[in-house]
Amino acid sequence: MKGKKKTIGLAIYFGLLFLPIYWMINMSLRTNADILASFALFPIDLTFQNYIKIFTDASWYSGYINSMIYVSINTLISLATALPAAYAFSRYQFMGDKHLFFWLLTNRMAPAAVFALPFFQLYSALHLIDTHIAVALAHCLFNIPLAVWILEGFMSGIPREIDETAFIDGYSFPRFFITIFIPLIRAGVGVTAFFCFMFSWVELLLARTLTVTDAKPIVATMTRTISATGLDWGLLAAAGVLTIVPGALVIWFVRNYMAKGFALGRV
Amino acid sequence: MDKWENNKAWFLVIPVCAFVAFSAIIPLMTVVNYSVQDIIGPGASVFVGTDWFKNVLHDYRLHDALWRQFLFSGLVLLIEMPLGILIALAMPKRGWGVPFSLVTLALPLLIPWNTIGTIWIIFTRPDIGLFGSAINSLGVAFDHTRRPLDAWVTLVLMEVWHWTPLVSLLAYAGLRAIPEVYYQAAKIDGASPWATFYYIQLPKMRGVLTIALLLRFMDSFLIYAEPFVLTGGGPGNSTTFLSIYVVKLALGQFDLGPAATISLIYFLIVLLLSFIFYQVLQRVGKGEKV
Amino acid sequence: MLYNGNDVTDLSAEKRNIAQVFQFPVLYDTMTVFDNLAFPLRNRGIEKMEVTKRVHEVADILDLIPFLKKKAAGLTADAKQKISLGRGLVRSDVAAILFDEPLTVIDPHLKWGLRRKLKEIHEQLKLTLIYVTHDQMEALTFADTVVVMYEGEIVQIGTPQDLFENPEHRFVGYFIGSPGMNFLPCTLDGDVAQVDGARITLDKKTAALGRQARGKLEVGIRPVHLELSLQPVKRGVPATVKAVEDQGSYKIVTLTLADKTLRAKLLEGKPVPEGKAWVTFPAQWTRLFSDGRLVK
Repeated sequence: MKGKKKTIGLAIYFGLLFLPIYWMINMSLRTNADILASFALFPIDLTFQNYIKIFTDASWYSGYINSMIYVSINTLISLATALPAAYAFSRYQFMGDKHLFFWLLTNRMAPAAVFALPFFQLYSALHLIDTHIAVALAHCLFNIPLAVWILEGFMSGIPREIDETAFIDGYSFPRFFITIFIPLIRAGVGVTAFFCFMFSWVELLLARTLTVTDAKPIVATMTRTISATGLDWGLLAAAGVLTIVPGALVIWFVRNYMAKGFALGRV
Repeated sequence: MDKWENNKAWFLVIPVCAFVAFSAIIPLMTVVNYSVQDIIGPGASVFVGTDWFKNVLHDYRLHDALWRQFLFSGLVLLIEMPLGILIALAMPKRGWGVPFSLVTLALPLLIPWNTIGTIWIIFTRPDIGLFGSAINSLGVAFDHTRRPLDAWVTLVLMEVWHWTPLVSLLAYAGLRAIPEVYYQAAKIDGASPWATFYYIQLPKMRGVLTIALLLRFMDSFLIYAEPFVLTGGGPGNSTTFLSIYVVKLALGQFDLGPAATISLIYFLIVLLLSFIFYQVLQRVGKGEKV
Repeated sequence: MLYNGNDVTDLSAEKRNIAQVFQFPVLYDTMTVFDNLAFPLRNRGIEKMEVTKRVHEVADILDLIPFLKKKAAGLTADAKQKISLGRGLVRSDVAAILFDEPLTVIDPHLKWGLRRKLKEIHEQLKLTLIYVTHDQMEALTFADTVVVMYEGEIVQIGTPQDLFENPEHRFVGYFIGSPGMNFLPCTLDGDVAQVDGARITLDKKTAALGRQARGKLEVGIRPVHLELSLQPVKRGVPATVKAVEDQGSYKIVTLTLADKTLRAKLLEGKPVPEGKAWVTFPAQWTRLFSDGRLVK
């Protein structure tokens, strides 16, 4: 009885959630002229014109590729550095540990806008402008603290006795970490990987500031659809739909990790 | 669990510090530098000490933007936190519904923020948008480009649509971590569903809810792209939140000095409030070992 | 499932009037000890004065009075388990209390205190307690009746003495007692069990039942019942002494008979054999098993 009410409520929420997305898909399958001419609940003159434009125009699809590249680099760096650090926070007490933890969080607390120019100057001086690595590094500023925060929570849910037993059995720290510990928190890793991917993928300001053409991400390209005749809604909608696809694939890959991780983590 | 005491743990933490500090320290110092200079043009600046700080504190437009920001964040948190938790409570624990729910929830989170703004522009327009035309056909002359209330409604709706899934995902994580025995004990003790929620589930979700609350507070307080794309700060100034105001100053008028000053104050406000939230939430469950 | 003759199989957990103490302490962390104990009563709408009275009674039995105002979360594991127990005792209509290995997380030196407390409560309140454990010492010292389960099946229900003297299943023989029962595969020849040439005389009744049994036969005898002698003895079977372990008040002698291993428990004072010994199997303690089950 209770279960039914829950499911209905959930279904309503998911339905409402999906509406704007459905609307975007609707737009993407119509031409701009068609959209402005008439209001329709679903595309009557269905066309893939917008998608074809994106797939064939280098300035469009390169945007996707660039984004994929720097987001992947960032996720890798974030995970690789956050794992040992989270372990340290979880298992050890060291000088300044609580302050360091909070300092990491504070890096998500500053308004980005004014920092854009100094960022530009810094990366310019290092000749890193318009490279994928620049954006990947810049995103570390907010992704690494988040990764450490979440991973620490999952790690603290694993009893220390497991570490101690492994060390007594003669495991070296790297071997213990890679063959025993990470599989135990594999779920937490999945969750963290998803969040790092997500926050880096959608970040606009720094990504646009630090790139010109070579590494221009899709988020920046999409702002180009404003032309003299106004916004090309159809094209924009198609681009929007396509931006969801990589992320949806990522969650699909980690879905089992997340569901399980949601059963093991203490977070 | 008592931690091992060992300062060599710093070695594990150094890579993280390096990567974060690299992007944090120098830009921060640059901004602090700006905040004490009057930047007349590129390369030409005059040291003015704390002048900007004094000016800025009297800037009425800043005060307005700040109040709007508090109102916005407050509204958003009041809606998102309970709603997110409710959704998490309703989500299935087993079966195909689990990955389905997770993927659906994640969809809004994956859309680039300027695209979110664009989607909602389309969605709420009376001529080409589903929401816009539906509301107008009910007789409400809804127009977020002209009426401040409509703009606010659209913004809050957009924000809640966008970010509630984050709260839900984190809350769901916390709920799944609660061992089944607690529910059995509650049943044996004859607890009502509300009592089970209040005495078992909520306390055990304290960790995840702290993260969710802090993240949502910070991100909503610093919000920029979505409202900028949707309303540009208008109509008039009615949706000019703090970030939008700062950017107008910095890039629009190229008044980097005051913009930097405001940014620093902004940062300190977020820092202070986050610190308070954090301490309160830690203390609320004092003596509790999960 | 019947309680007092009433069929409760289809009732939900809360209507069956049972309480449960779990393997690790399950408490309401945000409440004080008092509120924890009062919770089951308040949920059932019992009025305030009665609640306070019951909580104090139970807290008194469990020595929890000094902790009543404290937050439950900050206490030690054994105190927490007492609170869990208290929540079960506080209801006057509780029919039985289930314990699922409740002492697992308790420090060894505190376990005895809790065990004693449970025994006291059992005697005082005359409640039915169902206690699950994998520790045979606990089971044997605690219980009036022991139910032994093996691979999902109940293999014996009886007093600790029954289990010791008449184990009905190989597992019971092996699991109860330290060291466990000795088993020797054998064949029957009249009243005598043959173990590779060694002849062990059984009592008439056991032998008769054994002759009717269908499955593989084994002789079973507990180490403490074996008699060892350094000289040849009538009805004694020769065996080689492999090892002698001194356990303080008794010794464990490991012997080989034919090619099977036997263990005997020698009490203090008895002579310890070396090299060769003669083992007697007193007929009253020698059991016969067919396909792992007691022949009776």
